[in-house]
Amino acid sequence: MNKVLMSGNNVIGEAAIRAGCRFYAGYPITPQNELTEYMAEHMRNAEGGIFIQSESEVAAINMIAGASAAGVRVMTSSSGPGISLKQEGISSMAAQELPGIIVNIMRGGPGLGNILPSQGDYFQATRGGGHGDYRTIVFAPGSGQELADLTMDAFDLADKYRTPAMILADGMMGQMMEPVIFKKPKPRQYPEKFMLRGAGGGKSKFIRGLLLDPVDSEAHNWKLARKYEVISENETRFEEHRLDDAKLVIVAYGTAARIAKGAIKRLRSHDMKIGLFRPITLWPFPEMRLRTLSATVKNFLVFEMSTGQMLEDVRLALQGYADIEFHGRPGGAVPTPAELANVIARVYEQKD
Amino acid sequence: MAKIVFKHPESLKENIFHYCPGCGHSIVHRLVAEVIDEMGIRGITIGVPPAGCAVLAYNYFDVDMIEALHGRGPAMATAIKRCLPDRVVFSYQGDGDLAAIGIAESFHAANRGENFSVIFINNAVYGMTGGQMAPTTMLNQRSTTTPAGRKQSVDGYPVKVSEIFSRLDGAAYVERCAVSSPAGVNKTKKAIRKAFQCQLDGLGFSLVEVLSLCPTNWKLSSVDSCKYIDEVMSKVFPPGVYKDLTGKTGKTAEARP
Repeated sequence: MNKVLMSGNNVIGEAAIRAGCRFYAGYPITPQNELTEYMAEHMRNAEGGIFIQSESEVAAINMIAGASAAGVRVMTSSSGPGISLKQEGISSMAAQELPGIIVNIMRGGPGLGNILPSQGDYFQATRGGGHGDYRTIVFAPGSGQELADLTMDAFDLADKYRTPAMILADGMMGQMMEPVIFKKPKPRQYPEKFMLRGAGGGKSKFIRGLLLDPVDSEAHNWKLARKYEVISENETRFEEHRLDDAKLVIVAYGTAARIAKGAIKRLRSHDMKIGLFRPITLWPFPEMRLRTLSATVKNFLVFEMSTGQMLEDVRLALQGYADIEFHGRPGGAVPTPAELANVIARVYEQKD
Repeated sequence: MAKIVFKHPESLKENIFHYCPGCGHSIVHRLVAEVIDEMGIRGITIGVPPAGCAVLAYNYFDVDMIEALHGRGPAMATAIKRCLPDRVVFSYQGDGDLAAIGIAESFHAANRGENFSVIFINNAVYGMTGGQMAPTTMLNQRSTTTPAGRKQSVDGYPVKVSEIFSRLDGAAYVERCAVSSPAGVNKTKKAIRKAFQCQLDGLGFSLVEVLSLCPTNWKLSSVDSCKYIDEVMSKVFPPGVYKDLTGKTGKTAEARP
């Protein structure tokens, strides 16, 4: 497979179709429109591919829930305000154990905010977002290549655990063009017994979300909780960059991590021992690894394009075993590597 | 040998309905199940029950079912039917579900001409939550949230679903019936059958509106509830065929494994 140069939004679309996604519903919103348009154009050529421009984000998420129940690989995409609208459906998919991929190309918030890259939807993505006791697997790709790889992996994990999974990127990741190689997708493994396709001559099935009996309802909640535990144990992913001799570790994900890498490169050339810890899954959060790091590193700097959301998870992970500083640029502001390098250098010199 | 003239429909489970005495849902459930039996489509039918009194419909229908969120049935049904075009798909919706919270999903499914059927129960009230005003509550009708009666100046007018939906180009068949009399029940059954046939013939969106009884929230006896439908509701929501593009007889469905 040769390298192809594509924008992030298109990479997600292409990876999804290659992974066997055959149902997409979406509603226009910037900065993810290219993905919706890519699906409109390319689902036509995929065998059995269905594209629907829905009347709303609410309809889109309920459409993919229906198609997922029918046994098809499904995806929808949006940005902040639209993702807020999808929350009732995401909660319901978690409850009904329906696999599906939700892409959030984050923009500045809260409210309508703006259409610039931001990381303000971390809480919404990692805390479930909708009502009730549930979690969503959240991937935070850091490059075009990861957009391709993680989109494919997200489909496999959503099926494996019968749960919705989210790709959490931002406007910069969506618009940026990079060369990528699409890996060979794994064959789908999703038992027919979970699909609702008509009873045929056999017993009828039903998929429900309302559990009026508290005994049933509590049991269902614990069943989901055990599933989330298994996901936490097996699916946590992260990247460690130049940590071996690091005295200060930057914790950042997605676009913020890319900027941090640029800053670290500059500072390393000035002999400052700085490394990067990049969570790739935001939920499950790589909590244990970060805690282990605190045995050798005592200074961490969390950098986010928000007022400090992942910061809370880092605090929970480090449990006071190390000092944590924070630098944030919310509302669509994107610092340059040089700007961030100045911030990091200041913290480094204070701690040194 | 004795001839069987009446029996429990095969597409209806043996479970006892949780519906209140006199509730129209029990009648309509049975009609839908009878039609499924008679058309031989149990094995290829997928139902989408709503949030509302009929939320537990999967306890009664012996066909594959998936519960939709409040108002979102037509979005789910759209996707299921697009993915499985040779199945018979129906959503079962109340007046709040279809005409208030789910008006967008219902309207656009109809407008796209999605090839599934909607069984729409209009009892002019939110039944499950205890009798609040529905979009179809009539002027001056009392409900728990219109204690002095629905006032046009505050609450607007009752939404006339069949009239509105029949105007959409995607709708192929729209009929309003009432289950307040034996004749009305028979008519409703015929309409449901026609809607399913319309779907099998690939003609597009079909909707059967059923004026249905809610004695509990209307605070009327079952007999008086039937009279209420005939004498009051039917004046605001006149029964009849609002759109019918079926005309030609199409292929007959056969159950397949």
